[in-house]
Amino acid sequence: MLTSPEALLAIFGMALVTLAIKAGGLLLAGRMPQAGFAAAWLKHIPGAVMASLVAPALVTGSAAEVIAAAATALIYALTRNLFAAMAIGVAAVYLARLALAA
Amino acid sequence: MTQATSLPHQFSDQFFAGARACVPVVISVAAYGIVWGVLARGTGLSLLEVMLMSALVFAGSAQFVALDLWTTTPASLPIGPLIVAALIVNLRYLLLTATLRPLYGPGEQLKGALTMAIVSDETWAMTIAEMRKGHGTAAFLLGGGVLAYFCWLATTVIGHTLGSFIDNPARYGLDFAFTATFLALLLGMWKGKADLLPWLTAALAAIVAARLIEGSWYILVGGLVGSFVGAVSDKVRHVD
Repeated sequence: MLTSPEALLAIFGMALVTLAIKAGGLLLAGRMPQAGFAAAWLKHIPGAVMASLVAPALVTGSAAEVIAAAATALIYALTRNLFAAMAIGVAAVYLARLALAA
Repeated sequence: MTQATSLPHQFSDQFFAGARACVPVVISVAAYGIVWGVLARGTGLSLLEVMLMSALVFAGSAQFVALDLWTTTPASLPIGPLIVAALIVNLRYLLLTATLRPLYGPGEQLKGALTMAIVSDETWAMTIAEMRKGHGTAAFLLGGGVLAYFCWLATTVIGHTLGSFIDNPARYGLDFAFTATFLALLLGMWKGKADLLPWLTAALAAIVAARLIEGSWYILVGGLVGSFVGAVSDKVRHVD
């Protein structure tokens, strides 16, 4: 089975709404005031979104995730190197899970 | 943060700088791509369907949700719910791409709108971090985006092809690459005490939303609440 008309329709539909939303945010922002409250609000979006991406994963994770997050933060604070922080975080979560499972 | 007029060599410099900067985040894209490919095979998607969905939809969270709804018999495939689910899961991109506005000049709306197709959480975050340092260009975003795009396409196909022959990346802790990367990116964005209130409210709102609502609403809820609180607090302290 390669595919079906139904599957193609679903995939094209999903692609269309996804692009509409991604392009929509950029185009809407172009119509917003460049100063005042709207601009201040836009300015705070990146930090708020990143905090939202990270926070639930840390509180719902096990002790291994918390330990690894601390290691990631420490390495990033010391080195300012994103790759090093990510690699240490992954290694820490791997080792912590092994240690906690034992 | 306005874009410098880009000469040809600056475009390729920025393009490759973006691709290089995105290598750490692309590792997390690859880990998720493999997992999704393996699951897609288990759900009954054909190789062609995997390639089409990864190439055209290119949105990890929406593709994971689609697997929950997918059926192997075409006649019972829930086309409407699949499209609505993609719309809902991707609503957070309204916030993400809105913040990329400074990358495009007044006459570049169409170019910008089309480029948004290759934006993902990961490359968005790297570009925003670069913009905060006073750099960041449309070419930088494109370089990271193209790398992430082909990486997602390749790893989902690999996952589907090899199926259960490959280990779950979570066994090696690679599922943590996303959280670790975004935590480091967040720390790198710290500008001072004014960030504390919006970040904490965003984190709290996201945690509560993740408990109460299924799916990825928590990103949208936390992003909206945190940024709104940040803007109100700026206004109260008269620093806007």
